[in-house]
Amino acid sequence: MTFLHFSILFPFLFAVFVPFLYKKFRSIHTGWFVLLVPVLLLIFFLTQLPVTANEQTAISTIDWIPSLGIQFTVYLDGLSFLFSLLITGIGSLVTLYSIFYLDQKKEKLNSFYVFFLLFMGSMLGVVLSDNMVVLYTFWELTSISSFLLIGYWHHRKESTYGAQKSMIITVFGGLCMLGGMILLYLITNTFSIRETILQADHILQHPFMLPALILFLLGAFTKSAQFPFYIWLPDAMEAPTPVSAYLHSATMVKAGIYLVARFTPVFGPAPEWFWIVTLAGLFTMFWASFHAIRQTDLKGILAFSTVSQLGLVMSLIGAGSLAFQFDSIEKNVSIVAITAAIFHLFNHATFKGSLFMAAGIVDHETGTRDIRRLGGLMSIMPITFTVSLFGAFSMAGLPPFNGFLSKEMFFSGMLSLLELNTFHLETWAILFPVLAWVGSIFTFLYSVLIVFKTFGGKLQLEKLPKRPHEAPFGMLVPPVILAVMVLLIGLFPGLVAKSIIEPAAASIYPALYDFHGEFPVHISIWHGFTIELLLTAGVIVLGIAGYIFLPKWKAVYQLFPYKLSLNAAYNNLFKMTGRASRNITRSYMTGYLRDYLAYLFVFFILLAGGVMAYKGAFSFHPAESAPIGIYEVILAAVMIAGSVTIVFSRSRLTAIIALGAVGYTVSLFFIFFRAPDLALTQLIIETVSVALFLLCFYHLPKLQKQERPPGLKIRNLLIAFGVGAIVTIIALSANSQRAGETISEYFLKNSYKLAGGKNVVNVILVDFRGFDTMFEITVLGIAALGIFSMVKLRKSKEGER
Amino acid sequence: MEILMCFVCGFLFMVSVYLLLSKSLLRIIIGTALLSHGAHLLILTMGGLKKGAAPLLGEHAASYVDPLPQALILTAIVISFGVTSFLLVLAYRSYQELGTDNLDHMRGREGHE
Repeated sequence: MTFLHFSILFPFLFAVFVPFLYKKFRSIHTGWFVLLVPVLLLIFFLTQLPVTANEQTAISTIDWIPSLGIQFTVYLDGLSFLFSLLITGIGSLVTLYSIFYLDQKKEKLNSFYVFFLLFMGSMLGVVLSDNMVVLYTFWELTSISSFLLIGYWHHRKESTYGAQKSMIITVFGGLCMLGGMILLYLITNTFSIRETILQADHILQHPFMLPALILFLLGAFTKSAQFPFYIWLPDAMEAPTPVSAYLHSATMVKAGIYLVARFTPVFGPAPEWFWIVTLAGLFTMFWASFHAIRQTDLKGILAFSTVSQLGLVMSLIGAGSLAFQFDSIEKNVSIVAITAAIFHLFNHATFKGSLFMAAGIVDHETGTRDIRRLGGLMSIMPITFTVSLFGAFSMAGLPPFNGFLSKEMFFSGMLSLLELNTFHLETWAILFPVLAWVGSIFTFLYSVLIVFKTFGGKLQLEKLPKRPHEAPFGMLVPPVILAVMVLLIGLFPGLVAKSIIEPAAASIYPALYDFHGEFPVHISIWHGFTIELLLTAGVIVLGIAGYIFLPKWKAVYQLFPYKLSLNAAYNNLFKMTGRASRNITRSYMTGYLRDYLAYLFVFFILLAGGVMAYKGAFSFHPAESAPIGIYEVILAAVMIAGSVTIVFSRSRLTAIIALGAVGYTVSLFFIFFRAPDLALTQLIIETVSVALFLLCFYHLPKLQKQERPPGLKIRNLLIAFGVGAIVTIIALSANSQRAGETISEYFLKNSYKLAGGKNVVNVILVDFRGFDTMFEITVLGIAALGIFSMVKLRKSKEGER
Repeated sequence: MEILMCFVCGFLFMVSVYLLLSKSLLRIIIGTALLSHGAHLLILTMGGLKKGAAPLLGEHAASYVDPLPQALILTAIVISFGVTSFLLVLAYRSYQELGTDNLDHMRGREGHE
């Protein structure tokens, strides 16, 4: 147990105490206590900076289930370090923000912070775990805590709907991922990610590689809201804004990115990985940025923009996987894509966090998030405006903010694909930069929309539920810190490049660890007149034009009616599975006993008959049987006649007497077959049974004529005949092939010698096999008690005895 | 002889299954009684019906019939008797409470879980 383990468990442990703190210190906002957790963890992780900056790693292990190869191993390298910093850093800021955002009296702060800490701990667990099973455990914990946080205002219908939707989609992906992990385990025989990476060559040859790859990507795409699984993210915006800022922009949605980045050394050399990840990412980027413009809710726009930016990062990681096709690092054009992915990941967390917080402030201070009602807040909320401006321009990729740098690198990453000729890229490569460029234009457009629809234009006071004013100081601190970071990193990218970004890129592409020259990618604000710069200029020009003519071309969105949307598909799928399963259940659960019996008998016929036919088990050797006596034939005829009488009798008395006749015939059979004890018992019991039947006869109604459709009668006849035939066939075959000698010789020999009795049947019953008899007595006793209580105990209509 | 008995048992099974599929409670109970007769005879048949003395050692016969199936059947007879009598009283009580012995009328309806 090291401090690394403790850092994961600390939020969980602290969560236990949150309700006590909430109850005990009612006057202090619970968030202040909770703030300690991320801040302490942030400080701890910053102390680890020298470790990862020097491309070292830290690792420690505790046994969890060693017999199954499941160890709680934490592994800190550049990539985990970057994510840990994001989780704790943004976590601290969001906690601070939530203290001012959530009302101390009106909200159930205890549960909020418990969920929040659960989420933080599990997210740290996801990024720091080396063991896949542990990773999966934390992965599902993030799903669960996210579900709880989205449904935080559980009295609202939209919240519960959004929570359920996100739960179903992310857990579907999580289970797929578990399947992928198990497949990988079958290939490599280890759950450790590091050891799996070492066996990458072996995995790529294995037939399970492709299913494992697809299952992993399903997990990552659902969690990171890639097309077509992004639909849960806009509905998750029903969560409180601090949750949206933390989970749905900076941390949880990046878990999928983390997974893809983490497993790039394993699957990266496979062409399927490159194609799926890159194309899905780029298409998501384009699709979501296109649809973001249509939204009218500030958080809705931000949700779609998050989806789009995640797609951007995903496509960069996909493009970066091509780095594995090269032998030398110096000539490797795809490293720029890996680095750009990491850099944009970091930048996105900063600017998206600040934008969400600004949106929350606007919501908090004006009472609405609808951009059709907002406007002209520039002079009223200058600080929030500045923050939004920084964030939005960074998102749009404008200088001098950090988004500009990563967007330039994104372009060069996509352009680098043009230079490659693996995987038939020469024909399709042009698609990538074009899609990226068009997506960027839309990105620019919605970024501008966020700022100028909210803060520009004229104030519509009559449409606002509250009189707007600037937010309290505490609420402004976290977004301002993030906005300052946006600017600082934009101006001085060297602040993070060497220490954070490069080690993280090196963990995705392990060859960089061995490379001791200069890091081949340079992040700087100016790298000369390049084609990327030209593309950015085009984005700005076309973006401004698009913004000006927006009312004219907005009609395009009429092409995408709700009926054809993915949400409608999801809702219909949901409705239809429910309806279909209900219909299926109704079709066979008729409530008639005879139907269920018919299923049983038909199944018996099919199974027994099928096995007989399949195995060729039928055989017939009449030679071994005993000779047929005339008395037995007569008895058999009597028995058949009796049973037929029962079926055709219309009066109850006839049926009962015919049953008695059959029973006495059975005891006669026993006599002929030399079973005196059986004959005695059968006689007595038949007599008692008939007496019982007659007793009930007195109380039961007359037998009605069996009124039912002839089809049913034929069905019953067929089933009955089938059962009779199968029983006969099995009996004949069993009789014709005996397995071995009977053990009865032993009973006959030893009955007198060992047990001192000459009636062998009785000796077996009470001596050799006495237990049978004991429990048969018990059965009789239970039946007697049951009958007694049925007759005696009865509840009257009032429910009294 | 065994062949004949196999057919008789099969016939008993057929009749009892047909009765079990009917909707009158009394017929169903009669069906179970017939079914147990069929099963008992089947056990005896499967033990082999070769001639021999009854399994009483006092007879001093050269060969005896198999005593084990007889012991098994004896147990089965008693148990089926217990079950049949329980079922009869159950039918009697349900007729008293529900006023019908028609299984179609005893059908669980929707909403009656």
